[in-house]
Amino acid sequence: MSNILSIDSVSKHYGNFTALNNVSMNIREGSIFGLLGPNGAGKTTLIRIINQITMPDSGKVLFDNTPLNVKHIKDIGYLPEERGLYQKMSIGDQALYLAQLKGLDNSTAKSELNSWFEKFEITDWWDKKITELSKGMAQKIQFIVTVLHKPKLLIFDEPFSGFDPINANLIKDEILKLRDNGATIIFSTHRMESVEELCEDIALINKSNKILDGKLDDIKRKFKSNTYEVGVNSSNPDLLNKKLESNYDISSPSFKTIGDNLKLNVRLKNNQNSEDLLKLISQDSEVIHFKEVIPSANEIFINSVEND
Amino acid sequence: MEHFSLIATREYLNKIGNKSFILMTLLLPIFLSGITFLLSFLSSVNNDTSKTISVVDNTGYIYQKLDSSTDIIYDLIEDTSLDEAKEISRNKSDYGLLYINNFDSPEEIAESIMFISETSPSFTVLNKLESQLESILTNENFRILGIDINQINSSKIIINLFQESFDGEETTRVDGVVKLGFGFALGMLLYFFIFAYGSMIMMSVMEEKTSRIVEIIISSVKPFNLMTGKIIGVSLAGLTQVLIWCVMFSVFSYFFSTYFGISASSSSGEIILSTDEADAISSFALEMISAFMNLPLTNIFFAFIMYFIGGYFLFASIFAAIGAAIDNQADAQQFMLPITLIVIIGLYVGMLTVPEDPNGIIAQIFSYIPFTSPIVMMMRIPHGVPLYEQILSLTILFSSVLFFVWISAKIYRIGILMYGKKITYSEMIKWIKS
Repeated sequence: MSNILSIDSVSKHYGNFTALNNVSMNIREGSIFGLLGPNGAGKTTLIRIINQITMPDSGKVLFDNTPLNVKHIKDIGYLPEERGLYQKMSIGDQALYLAQLKGLDNSTAKSELNSWFEKFEITDWWDKKITELSKGMAQKIQFIVTVLHKPKLLIFDEPFSGFDPINANLIKDEILKLRDNGATIIFSTHRMESVEELCEDIALINKSNKILDGKLDDIKRKFKSNTYEVGVNSSNPDLLNKKLESNYDISSPSFKTIGDNLKLNVRLKNNQNSEDLLKLISQDSEVIHFKEVIPSANEIFINSVEND
Repeated sequence: MEHFSLIATREYLNKIGNKSFILMTLLLPIFLSGITFLLSFLSSVNNDTSKTISVVDNTGYIYQKLDSSTDIIYDLIEDTSLDEAKEISRNKSDYGLLYINNFDSPEEIAESIMFISETSPSFTVLNKLESQLESILTNENFRILGIDINQINSSKIIINLFQESFDGEETTRVDGVVKLGFGFALGMLLYFFIFAYGSMIMMSVMEEKTSRIVEIIISSVKPFNLMTGKIIGVSLAGLTQVLIWCVMFSVFSYFFSTYFGISASSSSGEIILSTDEADAISSFALEMISAFMNLPLTNIFFAFIMYFIGGYFLFASIFAAIGAAIDNQADAQQFMLPITLIVIIGLYVGMLTVPEDPNGIIAQIFSYIPFTSPIVMMMRIPHGVPLYEQILSLTILFSSVLFFVWISAKIYRIGILMYGKKITYSEMIKWIKS
C-alpha cells in the first residue's frame, strides 16, 4: 500500500530549543495513524509542519509522492487541540466561511453543510451564535468544518475532548466511516483506549525524537514478555504452585477471575512454550483462565517514555 | 488571492454589521450636529433677550446720539437725581443705569460718567457702551475745536495690502487662516482615522487569537494573507463609514441652513443690520470662499489619499503585529505607548512649527519621518509644498510601509500561535530575526 505522507528527517528549532530532531515516518494511505507522545514532545510542531503552518528547518515532507506545497492545503483537514470559533458570527456563516477558505465554492459548501447538519440533527443551529452552544456542541461544528471539504488526509488532535460518551461514539463512528471511504487519518491523543480501538499504526515521539513506530500489532509483539495469566481450580494448589515455581518465573496475578483457587502470572523462559505450560496445569486441575499477557498501548507508551 | 478577498469580505461585513460600529457611524454625526445646533440655538436665544439700560443724561445731547440696537435698548429717565434714578432703574429691573453729569468740556464729562448695575456687567455690553460714548464725545470735541468731521472722514486713508505670491496668485489675510485651519483639520482627521481603524485591526487579530480559531484558519490560509486581508477589510469598512458621514453631513448641513435661513428671514423685520455690517459679513464669507478656492485643492486631495493609504498601512500592520503578540488587551499598553507618543509628537510639532513657518527646518524633517509625515505634511500642504518634497516624503513613507508590513508579518505569524507568555521587545526581535 502506498504512503500518502512520508516525513523524511524533519528537524525544527526555535532558537536554542529543538522541537523536532531528525524525525522520519510514513503514513499509509487509508490507515488510521496514531501520533503519540507526552505533552511538549513535538507532536503539535509536526502537525503544524504537515499543515504548512510552520516550515521545517531541514528534511522533506512528501504528500502523495510530491513535495508538500500550497495545493495540498485543500487535501488536508485539521482539527487542532486548542480550537475555537468566532464569538460574534452565526454558526452557519462561519462554517460557510471556513469551508470556502478550504476552497469549496459557496453553493457546494452550503449543500454539504446542510447534509452534515441534518446528519447531526442540528439544522436549527445555523443562525445561533457560538456563545449559545455548549462546548460539546461547538466541537461538533468544528468536526464538521474539518471534514466538510472531503480531504484525503485528516488530522485530529484530541478529537474526543469535550464530548460526552454518546457524542464521542458518534464522532468515532464518523471517523471510521471517513476511513472506510478512503481517507487517511492521523490521530493525536493521550487516550490510549482510543488508540487501542482505532489505530492500526502508531508513532511515538518523546523529547523531539521519534522513539518508536510501526504497526500496533507488531509493536505489541515486540513488547510482549511471553507471560501467561493462569487461573485453575486445582485439587492440590500448593503442589502445583511449587511445580510452576521450579520451572517458570512466576509473579502475582494481574487479572481477576472467580471460581479458581490458584492465580498466577507465569513467564516462559527462552526455550519453553505455552503448550507445555498448559499441559502441566491441566494435569490434575480444572483450567478456569489461560491467557497470554499482551501489553496495552498504555503500557508500551509509559515503558517507552520512561526508559527513553 | 481567493482567500484574500474572502478574508477581506468577512472582515468588512463583520465590521459593518457590528453594533457599536453602526451606533458610532450613526450617532457621531447626529451628536456633532446636535451640539452645533444646540450651541447656535442657545446663542440665538441669548441674543434675543435685549438689555435695557436707563440713561440719566444731564448734557442733553448724548442720549440722542446713543444708538439702541437689538441687544441694548436705551431708556431715558428725565429730571431725576442719581438716587431717584437708581430706585427707578432697579424697580424696572433694568440691566443697568448710565448716569451722565454735565460739564463744559467733554473730557470732564467722560471722566464722570457712571454705570450702575445689579451685577457686574458683561464685557461686550461695557465695550459697546464705551465705544459709543467715546465716539460721541470725540465728535463733540471736534465740534468745539471747530474741526470739520466730514473733512476728517474723507481724508482718512484705509490700507488693505494687496497680497500676491511670487507665482502671481492673489492671496489675502484670510488665506493664512484658512490654510492653517484646513491643514490642521486634515492632519487631525488622518490621526483620528489611523488610530480608530488601526485599533480595530488590533482587536480583530486578538479576537481570532484568543478564540483560538486562528489555528484552524491558518491551516488553510497563509498568515500574511490573513493579516493583509484583514487590513484591507477594515480599511474598506472605515471608508464606508467616512462615506456615510459625508452623506449625513451634507444632509444635515442642508437642513441646518434651511432652518436658519427661514428663521433669519422671519425675524428680518427686527434685525436691522447696518449695510456696512452686512457688507463686511458677506465680503468676509466671500474672502473665505476665495481663500478656500485658492488652496492647492487637487494637490491636497491626492496627497490626502496617498498619506491616508500610506499612514494607514504603516500603523495598521504594526497594530496587527501587536494584536498577534499579546493575549489580552491589558498587555497592549506597553506596545501602544511608543506609537502613540511618536504620533502625538508629530501632532504637536505640526501645530507649533507650521503656523510659524510651514517650510521651517523642523517642520520639514518631521514631514519626512514616516510615522509623523502623514500628519505634518498634510498640515503643510495647504501652504504650498514643492512637489519633489512630497514625492520624497511619500517614497520614504511607502518604503517604510513595505518594511513594517514585512516585519509585522513575521511577528504576526509567530505571535498568533504563542499563548500564555508575556511578550517582551527582545522576544519580538528574536521573532523578526528568525
